[in-house]
Amino acid sequence: MRVNVTVNGRSHQADDVWEGESLLYMLRERLGLPGSKNACEQGECGSCTVYLDGVPACACLVAAGQAEGRDVGTVEGLADGAQLDPVQEAFVETGAVQCGFCTPGLLVAAHDLLERDPRPSDTDVREALAGNLCRCTGYEKILDAVRLASDRRAERSQA
Amino acid sequence: MDFLRPTSWADALAAKAEHPDALVIAGGTDVMVELNFDQRRPPALLDLGGVVDLTGWDVHDGRIRLGAAVPYARVITELGDRLPGLAIASRTVGSPQIRNRGTVGGNLGSASPAGDAHPPLLACGADVEVCSVRGTRTVSISEFFTGVKRNALEPDELVAAVHLDAASGPQQFSKVGTRNAMVIAVCTFALALHPRERTVGTGLGSAAPTPRRATEAEQFLAEELADTGRWDVPTALPDSVNGKFGDLAAAAAAPIDDVRGSSDYRKHAIRVLARRTLGWTWNDYCAGRQQCA
Ligand SMILES: Cc1cc2nc3c(=O)[nH]c(=O)nc-3n(C[C@H](O)[C@H](O)[C@H](O)COP(=O)(O)OP(=O)(O)OC[C@H]3O[C@@H](n4cnc5c(N)ncnc54)[C@H](O)[C@@H]3O)c2cc1C
Ligand code: FES
Ligand code: FES
Repeated sequence: MRVNVTVNGRSHQADDVWEGESLLYMLRERLGLPGSKNACEQGECGSCTVYLDGVPACACLVAAGQAEGRDVGTVEGLADGAQLDPVQEAFVETGAVQCGFCTPGLLVAAHDLLERDPRPSDTDVREALAGNLCRCTGYEKILDAVRLASDRRAERSQA
Repeated sequence: MDFLRPTSWADALAAKAEHPDALVIAGGTDVMVELNFDQRRPPALLDLGGVVDLTGWDVHDGRIRLGAAVPYARVITELGDRLPGLAIASRTVGSPQIRNRGTVGGNLGSASPAGDAHPPLLACGADVEVCSVRGTRTVSISEFFTGVKRNALEPDELVAAVHLDAASGPQQFSKVGTRNAMVIAVCTFALALHPRERTVGTGLGSAAPTPRRATEAEQFLAEELADTGRWDVPTALPDSVNGKFGDLAAAAAAPIDDVRGSSDYRKHAIRVLARRTLGWTWNDYCAGRQQCA
């Protein structure tokens, strides 16, 4: 089947999509957007997290056909050209990225949290990121990154 | 495989009648796992994502009609005051990503004994609105679960909504899992006090082949509260009442041994959860009454 979808503001058309295929597969293998990672294909790791109509979802658990006519946002769409999003900068600066496999999903989840709540408590951050697994960092640096991103965003909105 | 994408409820029912072996997909959080792992190859997927009728809720005479495809995240943010038990249970489902997509209708469709929406629906005496091109029928939640992962739906039927009363008293839900996010329940317990009707509702999860109520525990507590006048003048419950309520709740369980927990452990845990949720709800009830007085 053919699926029409807007990804990061650009409309795309994917052909020969298998009806049982996931949105994650379509993004990675048909639309050339490998940012969203495939690790578990069962909603457990969150490394495939994307925005679907503005709401974070595991792309591995959305059938490609369910995205027809909808708006998808991936990690590739977070930066504004060469200007990284504050949450991306903060991940780099605090060393919240090691192998990087979990990073795209965490960035989308953390970005969503800060959009909804610019000043989250540590408990809020832990709860918001509970669906994203990282096997490398031990999470402390990820928490640091979200705190830093929150501060940066506040500075920028005051400036 | 076909991909059916009805845009109205009537079209969805017609599609299900025409393709009874089509696999319905709502949030996809159960269905896609099965497809990704080759556990299922249905001849067609019937996507309910385009049927807006299923994504709303409304209130008539204090009874809420919750559309089958309202995701957990919206139950939490929009219905926490009216359906506190279901909202607390919804908060324990998976992760934010799962709660953004997963639906109560999908939980009913999968009918897992561990489905977290089921105990609060049982405790609230919910009714399931079931539709097909042949018409609409109402299935009491106590009769909806017919076996392990089996429910009362006919092949041409879809869940349209669940109907349940807005809470008239405190409600609670408690879950035992191996960590506090992203776990299938080892066992769960839901409790709702219905002061207007002077009844008590319960629901057990992961503690029997199907989600079920602990009817003897419900009756015992309701009679106890009536006989001692505590519905009207709430005072602290004696330990003996808490204990007996826990024992009767555990007696209603018929759990299995599996990787998540032994049968003995589950019975024990149900006893503890029943006592604990009774403590919480009763405290709330006492506090609410004192404020009114
Ligand atoms: C990582 C992860 C964690 C999870 N954690 C939990 C948890 O903590 N607690 C819990 O209870 N569940 C959990 N689940 C399971 C799942 O999220 C829930 O069962 C959810 O409610 C399913 O809803 P859905 O809309 O995604 O269903 P879908 O996957 O779309 O459908 C599920 C079933 O219901 C049928 N169905 C859907 N809608 C209807 C309808 N309107 N009428 C008739 N049949 C219908 C489908 O055909 C299918 O058989 C988890 C799943 C994952 C992947
Ligand atoms: S790949 Fe989607 S959650 Fe792990
Ligand atoms: S950095 Fe390696 S999994 Fe998170």
